[in-house]
Amino acid sequence: MQFNRDLNKEFESRVRLGIMSVLMVNDWVDFTEMKNLLEITDGNLASHSTALEKSKYIEIKKEFVGKKPKTSYRVTQTGRDAFASHLSALEKLLGR
Amino acid sequence: MDSKNYHEDLSHIRSMMERSSRFISLSGLSGVFAGLAALLGAIYVYFVFQREGINYFDGKRNVFTPQLVNELVVIGLVILFVAVLSGYFFTAKKSKEKKLKIWDQTTKRLLLNFSVPLVTGGFFCLGMLYHGMFVFIAPATLVFYGLALVNASKFTFSDLQNLGYCQIVLGLLSLFFLGWGLVFWAAGFGILHIVYGLVMHKKYK
Repeated sequence: MQFNRDLNKEFESRVRLGIMSVLMVNDWVDFTEMKNLLEITDGNLASHSTALEKSKYIEIKKEFVGKKPKTSYRVTQTGRDAFASHLSALEKLLGR
Repeated sequence: MDSKNYHEDLSHIRSMMERSSRFISLSGLSGVFAGLAALLGAIYVYFVFQREGINYFDGKRNVFTPQLVNELVVIGLVILFVAVLSGYFFTAKKSKEKKLKIWDQTTKRLLLNFSVPLVTGGFFCLGMLYHGMFVFIAPATLVFYGLALVNASKFTFSDLQNLGYCQIVLGLLSLFFLGWGLVFWAAGFGILHIVYGLVMHKKYK
C-alpha cells in the first residue's frame, strides 16, 4: 500500500503509541504514573521509552526526590511533529 | 496491519489521551445525592425558621439572633459533609468499576483547580459572616462555586462547565433578590445538582 510509507515505524507498537499519546496532552509525566496509565511492566516501559528517546521523540529526566530516583518523560517538538503526521497518516488510511 | 488494527490504534490513542488528562470517574449519582442533601437541608432550615416564629415567605426583613446564625452555620456544614461524603462514595465506586485509580495526577489536578476559587469563596464568606452581612452569603457561595466548577471542568467532563455557568447566573440573580437566599440555594445546590447528576448518569453510564 502506498500510504504505508507515511506511517512511522517507530510508532508501530501499542506501548509507544500509548507513551506518545499521554505525553501529547501532558507536561512531565513520571515513570510510575506512566506505568499505571499504560498498565505495563517496568522493563517494558523502560525499553520503549529508551527507544523513543534515541529517536529524539521524547526527553528523559532523571532526578532524586529525597533519596529516591525519579524518572520523568516529556515529548520533544520533533516527537510532537512526528506523532501528528503519524496520526494524519492513520486518518488518511482510514479514509477520514 | 489491516484497517481494523488502525482503528484500534486510533481508539487506543484517544483513550490514553483522555485517561491521562481528565478525571473520568466523576459519577452523576454523586451530583444527585449532593443535591438531595442540599434540598433536605433547605427544607429543614425552613422548619427551623418556623420554629423561631419567622415566616420565610412573607418577604419581611428578619433579624437573626446569634444562636440562630450559629445553628444555620452548623446545618450548612453538616449538609456539606453529607454531600461530599456521598460524592466521594459514588465516584470511588465508579472508579473501581472502571479499574482506574482514584488518586492519580488527574485527581490532584481536578481538586487543585476546583479548590482555588472555592477556598477563596469560603474565606470571602467567612469575612462577610464576621461583618454580619448574611444576605450576601447565598449569592457569594453560588458565584464562587460556579467559578470553581467552570475552572475544574477542564480537568473532567466538559459538561461540568454548563453547571458552573448556571450556578454563576443564579448567584448573580440572587444578588438582586436579597433575602431569598434559601430559595436560590435550594435551586442551585439542590435542583441543579439533581438535574445535572441525572443527565450525567445517563450520558456516561
